[in-house]
Amino acid sequence: MNGVHDMGGMDGFGNVEPELNEPTFHEKWESRVLAMVRVMGANGGLNIDSQRFARESLPPEVYLASSYYKKWFLAIEDQIIASNIAGADELAAGHSLRHSPPLPRGKFTLDDLPRISIRGSFGRDAKAPAMFKPGDRVRAKNINPLTHTRLPRYVRGHVGIVERINGCHVFPDTSAHGKGENPQWLYTVVFDSRELWGDDADPTLKVSIDAFEPYLEKA
Amino acid sequence: MAHDHDHTHDHHHHDHDHEHSELSETQLRVRALETVLTEKGYVDPAALDAIVEFYETKVGPRNGARVVAKAWTDPAFKQALLADASKAIGTLGHVSRVGDHLIAVENTPQRHNMVVCTLCSCYPWEMLGLPPVWYKASPYRSRAVKDPRGALADFGVTLPADTEIRVWDSTAETRFLVLPMRPAGTEGWSEERLADIVTRDSMIGTGLPKAAP
Repeated sequence: MNGVHDMGGMDGFGNVEPELNEPTFHEKWESRVLAMVRVMGANGGLNIDSQRFARESLPPEVYLASSYYKKWFLAIEDQIIASNIAGADELAAGHSLRHSPPLPRGKFTLDDLPRISIRGSFGRDAKAPAMFKPGDRVRAKNINPLTHTRLPRYVRGHVGIVERINGCHVFPDTSAHGKGENPQWLYTVVFDSRELWGDDADPTLKVSIDAFEPYLEKA
Repeated sequence: MAHDHDHTHDHHHHDHDHEHSELSETQLRVRALETVLTEKGYVDPAALDAIVEFYETKVGPRNGARVVAKAWTDPAFKQALLADASKAIGTLGHVSRVGDHLIAVENTPQRHNMVVCTLCSCYPWEMLGLPPVWYKASPYRSRAVKDPRGALADFGVTLPADTEIRVWDSTAETRFLVLPMRPAGTEGWSEERLADIVTRDSMIGTGLPKAAP
C-alpha cells in the first residue's frame, strides 16, 4: 500500500537525532510489547509480513506521531482482534472471557527461547529457474497495490542493474494476507542516484533494494 | 469472574501505593494484552521475561565488533565473510549464531556502504542488537536513500567528495553488516583490542571506527 511508512526520499522530517548511551528500551512496556510480538510470531499466531502490514495500516497521523513500539503495540492489538485471537471486549476487560483455540505451534515457553534468538529462515526451494542474472538491466514495475508490498515507491518505474541473486524467499505480498508463502527469487538491484532523483542528485550515490522477481521486468 | 475483577482492582491499588505513579494508558493496555494472552495460554510471562533479558544483555554490537575484528586480522575469514556472511560467522562458535541471509559489505577508500530500511526497521539484530530509535525514525529512513551525505553530517561524519556511497535499503529478509575500514595505527593489535574500536554505527555505515590513540 502507498502508505506513509514508505518514506524513502521524502523531505521535511528534520535531522537524524542519535541518542548518546541509548537504553535498549525507554519504557518497561516497550520491552513487553517486543517480547509479545516475538512470541506471537513464534507460536504461529501472527506472521511477520502480516505484522508489518498491520503497522503500515495504522492511520497516517497515528503512524507518524507514535513511537516505534507504540506502533508495534497498536498494530498487534488490531491484529489480535482481527484474527480472533482475542476479542476487543477481552482486551478492554483485561482478562480472557472465553476459550480460544490453540495456536499452530502452541504455547511459547522458556524452552522455545532458542528458536527466536536466531532469525528464522525465509529461504525456500525454487519452483522455476531465476529469470534474471547479475548484470541484467531491469525495471521496477509500476505497481500500486492496496495490499502489502516491499517494493518502495521511490524505485517504481526506474531502471537498475541486478547485482546479486539472494536465493528464493517467502513472498511478503502474499504471505501478509494469508495467501501462502508463494516463494520468489530475490535480487539485489542497484540504481544510480540520477535515475532515481534526477540530474541534481549526488552523482556518487548508488542505492540498492532487494527486489522479489514479480517486482521486476526486463529493461 | 467477579473475584477476578476485585483482584485486578486490588492489584492496581497496590501498584499505585508503592510506585507513586499513575500508569499511562499505554502501560495499562499493554498489561491487559499480556494478561489476556497469558490467560489464554498463548504466552508464558516467564518466557517474556527471558526474551527481554536476552535483548537487554545477550545481544548487542559487541557480536558484530568481534566479527569485524576477526575479518581485520584474518584474510581467509574476511574472504569467507564477504562471500557468505551467515556461513562464515557460523564457524565462529563463540560469537553468535546468525540467520541465513546476512550479507557483509566492505568499505574501501573508494566506496562507503550505509544500511537503511526505508519501509520499516530491518536490522541485523544478531550482530548489533535491537536498532536505535534514530534508525527506526522518519528522518533517517526518509533521507538515507536520497541525501546520505546530509544524514552522515548529522552523525558528524564527512566523507571525501569523490567517495562512492552505496546505500543498501533492507527491503527483504536479507540483512546487512558493514565491514568498516581498519584505522591506521592499529597494526599488530589483538582482535580483542580491535573489537573495542568497532562502533555500532560503523557497522551500519553512519559512523567510522574509533581512531587509534
